[in-house]
Amino acid sequence: MKVLMFGWEFPPMNTGGLGTACYGLTKGLSQNGIDIVLVLPQAAAEADRHGFLKIRSANIANIKVKPVKSAMAAYMSPSQYEQHMLKMKGIKPIYGSNLFEEVERFAHEATRIAREEQFDIIHAHDWMTYEAGIAAKKASGKPLVVHVHATEFDRTGGLGANEHVYHIEKEGMQQADAVIAVSGYTKQKIIEHYGIPESKIRVVHNAIDRDDIPKVYAERNPGQKTVLYLGRITLQKGPDYFIEAAKKALESEPNIRFIVAGSGDMEQAVIEKAAGLGIGHNVLFAGYLKNDDIHKAYRMADLYVMPSVSEPFGITPLEAVMNNTPVIISKQSGVKEVLKHSLQVDFWDIDQMANKMVAALRYKEMHSELQRNSYDEVSRLSWSSSAQKCIDVYNSLRGV
Amino acid sequence: MVDVCFYFQVHQPLRLRPYTVFDIGKGSSYFNEQKNREILDRVAKKCYLPANAIMLELLDKHPEFRASYSLSGVVLEQLMSHQPRAVDSFRELAKTGRVEFLDETYHHSLAFVYSKPEFIEQVKLHNRLIRNVFGKSPKVFRNTELIYRNEVAAIAEKMGYEGVLAEGADHVLGWRSPNFIYKPKGTKKISLLLKNYRLSDDIAFRFSERSWAEWPLTAEKFAKWVSNANGNGSVVNLFMDYETFGEHQWPETGIFNFMKKLPEEILKHPDNGFVTPSEAIRKHKQVAELDVPLLVSWADVERDLSAWTGNSMQQSALKQVYAMEQDIRNSGDAQLLEDWRRMQVSDHYYYMCTKWFADGDVHKYFNPYDSPYDGFIAFMNILSDIRERLKKSGEEKAMKAALNAAIGVDA
Repeated sequence: MKVLMFGWEFPPMNTGGLGTACYGLTKGLSQNGIDIVLVLPQAAAEADRHGFLKIRSANIANIKVKPVKSAMAAYMSPSQYEQHMLKMKGIKPIYGSNLFEEVERFAHEATRIAREEQFDIIHAHDWMTYEAGIAAKKASGKPLVVHVHATEFDRTGGLGANEHVYHIEKEGMQQADAVIAVSGYTKQKIIEHYGIPESKIRVVHNAIDRDDIPKVYAERNPGQKTVLYLGRITLQKGPDYFIEAAKKALESEPNIRFIVAGSGDMEQAVIEKAAGLGIGHNVLFAGYLKNDDIHKAYRMADLYVMPSVSEPFGITPLEAVMNNTPVIISKQSGVKEVLKHSLQVDFWDIDQMANKMVAALRYKEMHSELQRNSYDEVSRLSWSSSAQKCIDVYNSLRGV
Repeated sequence: MVDVCFYFQVHQPLRLRPYTVFDIGKGSSYFNEQKNREILDRVAKKCYLPANAIMLELLDKHPEFRASYSLSGVVLEQLMSHQPRAVDSFRELAKTGRVEFLDETYHHSLAFVYSKPEFIEQVKLHNRLIRNVFGKSPKVFRNTELIYRNEVAAIAEKMGYEGVLAEGADHVLGWRSPNFIYKPKGTKKISLLLKNYRLSDDIAFRFSERSWAEWPLTAEKFAKWVSNANGNGSVVNLFMDYETFGEHQWPETGIFNFMKKLPEEILKHPDNGFVTPSEAIRKHKQVAELDVPLLVSWADVERDLSAWTGNSMQQSALKQVYAMEQDIRNSGDAQLLEDWRRMQVSDHYYYMCTKWFADGDVHKYFNPYDSPYDGFIAFMNILSDIRERLKKSGEEKAMKAALNAAIGVDA
């Protein structure tokens, strides 16, 4: 079976979980003997040579990459894209002047590629590629699967969802023959906000492969416990709740160090908030981390916290767990469905978040119990078995 | 001749509040009054009241019918405060003279495993409560969750009990049948009654399981299985949670109708009858000695203690609770003693169990927590508070003693 897959970002050029998930899923599909034509924007495809070398060295050569010229990254909002374009004034005008033009051009290219290539199924990841997916479906008549890694409602925390994005998402889900949701949590959002019938949605949880965790060395500080936040510093990720919980936790345990790793539009506000609460000395801002440094950060931490306001899945807790670090995760997430051995809180419940931070650091028996049990639990996940669930969806559409 | 011996366990714990580290030292309450009240009211309405009414009816209809109960002190206390009607209905059963009430540890605790003196005190406390409420001193003992080994029988015998209940686990019985009375090793007179777990669990766990080959279970079919013990046993011990009726098995499953018809069906066989545990002991001779050196219980498939002591959180929590025993006693503070005992209620540790947790399992029933870790956190935070109170009370005592010494008064 051959799949025409439209992606938007790919490691190491990813700014979030979408790229990681696409990489994992592509790898899992190849392992299951599926041929893939992967269509990526130019910037992503260029940088991805590194990522693909990894797959090739594993003797999986059934993936072909098709770059489409583009200038942008997955997690830019339409307004951020405009700012980005202003900064890049000198660049050739092959790029669209706004994100939607970019997306449209990607779709236009999709028609051409769909005519050139032979394939059985079209698989499109998130809204930026849905129009491409629809175009390819129109050109080829093959079934379309759209894969929902996030919705506009997650990205905006429900406030000020972009109408245009919402319409592209909805159109994609409606035109698709099947919708894959990264969690039951996301499936519910798709039913409630997009009116897609439940029978058309399949849940395929993201995964993690042990081999993809780089072997890095970092030591915990025995004298001072470390609590880590790692992710984009945006409304969706709940960094402000993290800071408030930190303030509260320090009232009970004054000797904790909090690290905030990542960047985003709320970065300045969060730094100011920490200072305003008088805990500036205990909160370190590490900026945007890459590759091995991410895993070093997990390893150094005694506890990882993902306080997201709305997290369709959330791969970072799985990464933390594979680095032997227990996690507190938001109940408003998809990852909680596959990570029972975690501490869970409502993102808004500062008291419980702080309580569980202190408890996880204070009660050693629980810390080690969490370490061991969550590692076992996450070790049982694999991209190969997630990919197998996608193949089941493909087969059901092909009537196999 | 086969006698059926029904024994029902009645217990509801005092569940803890999601007590945070910020509550420590602030005098906030430990227990989730609202949740405990809610569950108690629901269980009384769905199980205790309707089931007791049926039992009374059956006792009325069949002079041969018998049943026995053990109510933990913790549930009886709660019922007396919030559900006096349920207490009255148990009293009605007692009045028939054909329903026996057993003793257990007042706090439904694991004290037997961790502190014998505390265990004995809790059994005595329970005995006093049952005597006060039902007017009769129990003669048969059952330990929390049927936790048992030879020593339980030996201590029970020393305390004056004539019988003791245990799980008829395969690894205890080997080739032997649970349908006889045994003599526990290392005792003189006390008799051991063993749960027939297959027949008991057919009602308690499998009754409504549609995937079970024997579903639907009728009273007639079940009575036939009981009668099959004829020639291979004298007593069939059906031990189960009372909440089986109406809670674990909902009324829609037909569990109440099943129970209503069962005695009649069992009595259709002329050799069948009913006994209370005390009657069973008097009527049937001990057939052999049974040696149970290691602990067994009626919990989970393992029938061991792993549901309460299987992971390091549970072990640590238990160790820390019982390590406080001497200081708690020395404090002479009755409220501290009672709070400490309430922390011994076995359910707290059961909620911390991580085995099978990821699969979602029976430990969920009546469980106030989403995860074993939440249970552990609340528990440990409260324990810290108790420790602080203990320290304070010790300091106050020392100050008083110093003051008394200074003014020449004997403490």
